Amino acid sequence: MIKYSSKFFSNNILKLFVSLLIICISSVSFGAGEKINYPQLNWSFSGILGTFDRASQQRGLQVYKEVCSGCHGMRLLAYRNLKAIGYNEDEIKAFASENSVNTINDDGEVVERPARPSDKFVSPYPNDKAARAANGGAYPPDLSLIVKARPDGANYLHALLTGYIDAPSDQKVPDGMYYNKYYSGNLIGMPQPLYEDGVEYADGTKATPEQMAKDVTAFLAWASEPEMEDRKRLGISVMLFLLLLTALTYFSMKQIWAPIKKQ
Amino acid sequence: MSKSKFKNPVVKWIDHRLPVFSFMDHELNHYPTPKNLNYFWNFGSLAGFALVTMIVTGIVLSMNYTAHVDYAFDSVERIMRDVNHGWLIRYIHMNGASFFFIVVYIHIFRGLYYGSYKAPRELLWILGVLILLLMMATAFMGYVLPWGQMSFWGATVITNLFSAIPLVGESIVTWLWGGFSVDNSTLNRFFSLHFVLPFVIVGVVILHLVALHRFGSNNPIGIDVKGTQDTVPFSPYYTIKDLFGLSVFLSFFAAAVFFFPNFMGHPDNYIEANPMVTPAHIVPEWYFLPFYAILRAIPDKLGGVLFMFGAIAVLFILPWLDRSSVRSSQFRPIYKIFFWILLFDCILLGYLGAMPAEGIYVLLSRIATAYYFFHFLILFPLLPYIEKTKPLPISISEPILGGAATASAFATREKK
Repeated sequence: MIKYSSKFFSNNILKLFVSLLIICISSVSFGAGEKINYPQLNWSFSGILGTFDRASQQRGLQVYKEVCSGCHGMRLLAYRNLKAIGYNEDEIKAFASENSVNTINDDGEVVERPARPSDKFVSPYPNDKAARAANGGAYPPDLSLIVKARPDGANYLHALLTGYIDAPSDQKVPDGMYYNKYYSGNLIGMPQPLYEDGVEYADGTKATPEQMAKDVTAFLAWASEPEMEDRKRLGISVMLFLLLLTALTYFSMKQIWAPIKKQ
Repeated sequence: MSKSKFKNPVVKWIDHRLPVFSFMDHELNHYPTPKNLNYFWNFGSLAGFALVTMIVTGIVLSMNYTAHVDYAFDSVERIMRDVNHGWLIRYIHMNGASFFFIVVYIHIFRGLYYGSYKAPRELLWILGVLILLLMMATAFMGYVLPWGQMSFWGATVITNLFSAIPLVGESIVTWLWGGFSVDNSTLNRFFSLHFVLPFVIVGVVILHLVALHRFGSNNPIGIDVKGTQDTVPFSPYYTIKDLFGLSVFLSFFAAAVFFFPNFMGHPDNYIEANPMVTPAHIVPEWYFLPFYAILRAIPDKLGGVLFMFGAIAVLFILPWLDRSSVRSSQFRPIYKIFFWILLFDCILLGYLGAMPAEGIYVLLSRIATAYYFFHFLILFPLLPYIEKTKPLPISISEPILGGAATASAFATREKK
């Protein structure tokens, strides 16, 4: 018979915490040991002058809508935000209205209405538990911030989406898991999402998995940092102003200090 | 003093009754400052600028932030996406914390190199260490507010350190959390304290300045000012030099804010806090890494906590640990070498704090920690008995010809 005293309990909590800490600290080492190198792409939006490629972003939205959005939400993005990647109001209205959201009518009943541009992107599942239940226990993360939420996010995402290969013969892949050469631990719950001609691009671009991976990454990079173009543009002006100010204050300082330095 | 130095009648009237203008004129305009200060003396005013920037941006952020576990993460993202220029305010605040620490760390090492903590500036130094301690508490609590994964797990690990205290540890942790885990009540109190502590810092900064103006700034050769030939009035000489320093500082700061805003952050903090999922690596912000390395270097939990706080505690008693009466390292050939070793040691500790606690890193952390305490507790008190210091100059202007030009600088100002 086991007697659960409060002391037993608190000691175990302490042990749990200490072992958690040890796991965390030791996992740092594992993380450092198996560093995976992703292919480094030349993104239009990298560098201090980089901007987004509108056509690529729009194709990326199409990939998101037709492939990713079945499982992954974008809850921080509103339909109205699509204006920034080159859609007009009517297009956004039409895009939004393909989804429906719950609302409460004047009689107090929960009814559905078509989504409006002011609504946030409708997530595919009502809650996290439903998302897990529908995906064999694996949670498909929300993609609103995915590029910012992973180290070297854009390259990582592109690598992950194109990293599905046949597992090496010595690697057992359990049911519901898939082999990806760029995923940490190589076993991922997400099946390969991008196949040749998985979408039919409106602008006639050939939809290779490589092309789709690049496009959806460009779209998601924008979703993570919608302010990026404004930020860099303002940054250039601010830097020019500061360089001028630095020069002005430097020469004023030299002039003011000249008599003291002459001594 | 019936003859007022102010011409404007309103200023004259007010100043006669409330001498704020005389005070400002005395402390910011005439205030005699050693004429030989180098650029390392710019970092005090830069720290002041950083503090004000953090308070101003912080107040604006607080107008749009919601301190609740269900809304905190999304409210920060709303600032980034929907609030006009919210991304700018938030990135200034986020990077401002890092730049504040960069500036303050340089300021502290300048004090160590030039012996600015020695008599009669002991209290000035102690107030400075107190500011550092308050900054660390404020920064730690601020990092929790966006309620990302690192916010949550950082808070969990650090607050749990207090459980190492014998007997009352567990109760203290529960008291700090306001519950049995890091949760909504923890977030609420951290927001409250994060808002109020900066104003406490302002108070201590004012005391720091009062103490500074009692004897004036130390200087690169570390000998006392002998007369007006050694000094220049603060304005325009140091106002313009501080403005130049500020322009350079702002250039670096703006480059980070506009082009690399997330360089010093952790990607995991863009994932909303989830108590069920532990991140692979829990690492504190870079400015805590040296202390984190000391914490992990000690194989015992309570010991680690004591040594970590001890690393700050030794700074409080430094003015009495250092037995040398010579301030500046320029005249202390052996101490000068050890100063650079200490700087390297602190950077090494920072690096080790980011590395896994295994193999060679553990050994290196222990050696670096041992050196840190050796430097403060043994080297500082004993070195003066061995070290032969170089002869000190008679005065700041002694190596050069007289102080005629500075004296005339004061004279021309008086005439105006």
